[in-house]
Amino acid sequence: MRKDRDFWILVGTLALFGAVNISFFLVGRLQVNWEDFGIVLAAGITLTMYSFLYKDNPAFKIAENMYVGVALGYTVIITWFNALKPDLYDPLLVPLFTWERTPEYLLFAPMVLGVFMLMRLSTRLAWLSRWPFAFVVGLGAGITIPNYIHTFVLKQIEPSLRPVFSGGETVYMSINTLLILLGVISVLIYFFFSTEHKGPIGVVSKIGIWFLMVSFGASFGYTVMGRMSLLIGRTMFLLKDWLGVVQ
Amino acid sequence: MTFLKRGVPLGIAFLMGVLMAFQYYVPHEHSKAFLELMTRWDKIIAGFAVFIGAYSLFHLHYTRIKRRAAGWGYSFFVFVGAFVTIAFGLYNGGEAFWHDKKEGTMFDWIYMNIQVPAGATIFSILAFFMASAAYRTFRARTVESTVLLVAAIIVMLGRVPVGALISQYIPVAADWIMGVPNLAAKRGILLGVSLGAIATSIKIIFGVERQYLGGGD
Repeated sequence: MRKDRDFWILVGTLALFGAVNISFFLVGRLQVNWEDFGIVLAAGITLTMYSFLYKDNPAFKIAENMYVGVALGYTVIITWFNALKPDLYDPLLVPLFTWERTPEYLLFAPMVLGVFMLMRLSTRLAWLSRWPFAFVVGLGAGITIPNYIHTFVLKQIEPSLRPVFSGGETVYMSINTLLILLGVISVLIYFFFSTEHKGPIGVVSKIGIWFLMVSFGASFGYTVMGRMSLLIGRTMFLLKDWLGVVQ
Repeated sequence: MTFLKRGVPLGIAFLMGVLMAFQYYVPHEHSKAFLELMTRWDKIIAGFAVFIGAYSLFHLHYTRIKRRAAGWGYSFFVFVGAFVTIAFGLYNGGEAFWHDKKEGTMFDWIYMNIQVPAGATIFSILAFFMASAAYRTFRARTVESTVLLVAAIIVMLGRVPVGALISQYIPVAADWIMGVPNLAAKRGILLGVSLGAIATSIKIIFGVERQYLGGGD
């Protein structure tokens, strides 16, 4: 009984969506061109995705799986046009076969490592994929050490240790500077597990928890508002671009 | 064989780690050129890695279809979406994929009218789920959870016009929360995370951390 009802809700919604769009095309609200057809498709996908708020349904699952496929296809094509073509195909493979200019032979090394990475798919030669992984991981580790020391350690400690009174600032600013120093130290002490959190360490650690709670609350509120702005964006698209009821 | 399977990758990781950490402290044009070259190599290798990801996803959905797993019919749409997008991407508006990417092609149309609206809608749905999860879990049971709740409410109200209508101090309080206690806690977390990342990087370079090699010999 319930399945029947869901089926008819789905059919009814699709029929209504179709009727609305056909009437838009007939009255000239939408033109028969790719741009307006794109608006209809985007509106359909938006409504299909929102249908999940009622319950999981076949239309949502189709749109969800299609989205995964399109996202994959987009990533593959963009990787070709932004990475493999300009950095490997154009400077190495094209000159190698046309001899219009000297090929960049050094690029053979990453090409071979890239092919080795694809060996992951073979059971006998999977071990070869360790070489490119080692290259990528080693490169990342080497870049991380100096960059993190500079950007995230020194550059973060510097403003935390700013003088409370150096002339020119208000009492409000000085209190804030002091609070930031207290917050950084107490949070670091909270995450320091080599000493038992008892006595003075326990008190500072407790202050650290308070700072963390405020931060988590602020991050939550900020994320919710970010999602809300996306929701407003999609609603505005439906009301303005598709239905045209908002100017 | 063990040397090729273990020794060489450990050697590559050590060499690359030491060279990349060292080049940062050498302000010479050769050092900069070396960094650029290695970054380019990294980009190329990462490009090949995308195909492993594509294979993995196709294999997963192919297996679902083959085994007639629950909801296997939907897996066809992954293939449809991927192949149509890839086909139009390779067609490149009639100029084929070995030429530079053309703008305003069917590939861009698919991106603008399928991927962008679907992605934005999925993320906007999270607003409903976050609100419902918050309603169920945000209970002011302890002082700490009350602090979290109050901070979240002030930041949310401070970011919308109705917050200023309730009180002119709400947006100011929201800015203060973001700029002082939130900044201090984030900075503390960031310092801890950075020290952890640096320690892990040193372990990778010296071969103490070998998880990236996977299992086996």
